[in-house]
Amino acid sequence: MGERIIELKDIKKSYGRVYALGGINLHVDEGEVVGLVGDNGAGKSTLIKVLAGAVTPSSGDILIRGEVVHGWDAAKSRQFGIETVFQDRALAIQQTITRNIFMGRELTNALGFLRVKEQHKQAEKLMREIGFTSRVFSPDSIVGQLSGGERQGVAIARAIYNQSELIILDEPTTALSLTETEKVFHFVRQARAAGRSILFIGHNIHHVFDIAERFVVLDRGRIVLEASKAEMGSAEKLIGFMEEIAHPNREALFATAEARP
Amino acid sequence: MTLPDQTSAAAEPVLTPRHPDQTRLRRFLLDNRAAIGSLIVFIVMLSCFVIGNPGVFTQWQIYRAVLTTLPVVIFLVVPLVFVVTVGEIDLSFPATMCAAGWAFALGCQAGYDPFIGAIAALAVGLLLGVFVGWLVVYGQLSSLIATLGVSFMLRGLILIQTQGVSIAVVTVPQTLMYKTFSGDVFGIPAQSLWAIGFTIFCAYLYNRHRFGARVHVTGDNPDAAQQMGVNIKRVRVLCYVFMGLGSALAGIFSVLINFTWYPSAGDGYLLPSLASVFVGGTAPWGGVGTILGSAIGSLTVSFIQTGVVGVGLSGFYVQFFYGLIIILSLLGHRWNQVRYR
Repeated sequence: MGERIIELKDIKKSYGRVYALGGINLHVDEGEVVGLVGDNGAGKSTLIKVLAGAVTPSSGDILIRGEVVHGWDAAKSRQFGIETVFQDRALAIQQTITRNIFMGRELTNALGFLRVKEQHKQAEKLMREIGFTSRVFSPDSIVGQLSGGERQGVAIARAIYNQSELIILDEPTTALSLTETEKVFHFVRQARAAGRSILFIGHNIHHVFDIAERFVVLDRGRIVLEASKAEMGSAEKLIGFMEEIAHPNREALFATAEARP
Repeated sequence: MTLPDQTSAAAEPVLTPRHPDQTRLRRFLLDNRAAIGSLIVFIVMLSCFVIGNPGVFTQWQIYRAVLTTLPVVIFLVVPLVFVVTVGEIDLSFPATMCAAGWAFALGCQAGYDPFIGAIAALAVGLLLGVFVGWLVVYGQLSSLIATLGVSFMLRGLILIQTQGVSIAVVTVPQTLMYKTFSGDVFGIPAQSLWAIGFTIFCAYLYNRHRFGARVHVTGDNPDAAQQMGVNIKRVRVLCYVFMGLGSALAGIFSVLINFTWYPSAGDGYLLPSLASVFVGGTAPWGGVGTILGSAIGSLTVSFIQTGVVGVGLSGFYVQFFYGLIIILSLLGHRWNQVRYR
């Protein structure tokens, strides 16, 4: 296990009197794939948005490589090498693939004018690396013309650009075909082999279990379980645990959670 | 069970039989389809006028008349494309134009060099732009209503202060500023050359600059832009600041052309300028637009009045033709441009 890339310390987020996150302690190390699971409303999306800088936490600290970062926002998050593939993909669909890949970090000359050819070249290379294409396209194609899987490809290409250290994938396989899902998995393994860390969020426990090495289960804004793949044993056990959470008999459940290291 | 290896194809480079989008002519046509569309509208309209009255429309005089007054509209329409693309609207620019022109005229009247007056006018435009932008973005007011309010308030303040009296700046025609910006270059009004330069600069800013790129993505999907680290509030405010500066330039040019500042200056520009933006092919829903197209649109709109009278129809036909051209252009762009959702 490598160096600690990011660590959240007692992160809370409340909307009025409702706590979306009630004190989250989470860390991701270099080169590991962490699976984050939880039911609807568990706070997964809020947690991701905090990591991506799109939501400011009400309290708590965010540490990058052991140092507390102040004024955490989306620009800072990307600056520290954290890239997020959002569930809704966060694409501007009337714009070209190139413009989407370089959204928020355009390649420019000293006067701020775009280096159009360079961007075009880089975008083409990225799309080729991803291999997300069922038909011929160009980096100048409008994103609105692409299929769901291809749009996901654009979002992922944007995330791997510039040697990002941690890639957050928020339900990347939702609404994708089997082939496209397998491509996403292939990409995760590739990125992992290249030494990047991944935070993989999913509804499909089997998917998450296949891909991740460590699991974090979120329930009502709290982490109720952290376990490695070896500790967990099988996907069925994880599913069983998730079902227990949904079950009203909660005492037994928390006993199990606390028993884990 | 073993899955067939779906991913081996991913490693190979994509075989690219040339995509149709990649032939140069086609790319050019696709990139500029809205601008080309509005150019076609303009040419068709002009042809009708020439056929209607060849005697008038083959003479330079009538084009010169349009080129004298058109630049003022250009300085309003081009920044307005940025505001519309970012997903907002501005109705306060005629009042801003009037206020900036007032500062310019006061400077000239007080005996300062017109260049100093122009700096004062630009400062007024800048401050009003910041104010309107702040109100819309940080005050979170609807841009339609907020700018309407600012427009009335500003115009009211000007009327209260001046009691409706205009200012004549009789000394201006002798100055260097007039000769540079509103003189005569080989029979072409200088201001039209400045307007062309401004349009080309803004087209680059819009299509080939970081600011333009961020205006596009902010107007297209503000949430996505924010998640990717674009400061969408700043982008929006900057669009209004740019609009303020453009209005100030329009105010200065309008005084330079008329040698007079009127407290009602800019009043007649609101609807033609807004119409020009959309006649030119900028989409009303934000995210896409064209600077060149909208500049051509303003040429079309400006020509309607001159053309209708030149053909020999009475002035009563002008409004009807305004409406006809606007509706036909919008229908054309609707067909020409796909809206993705």
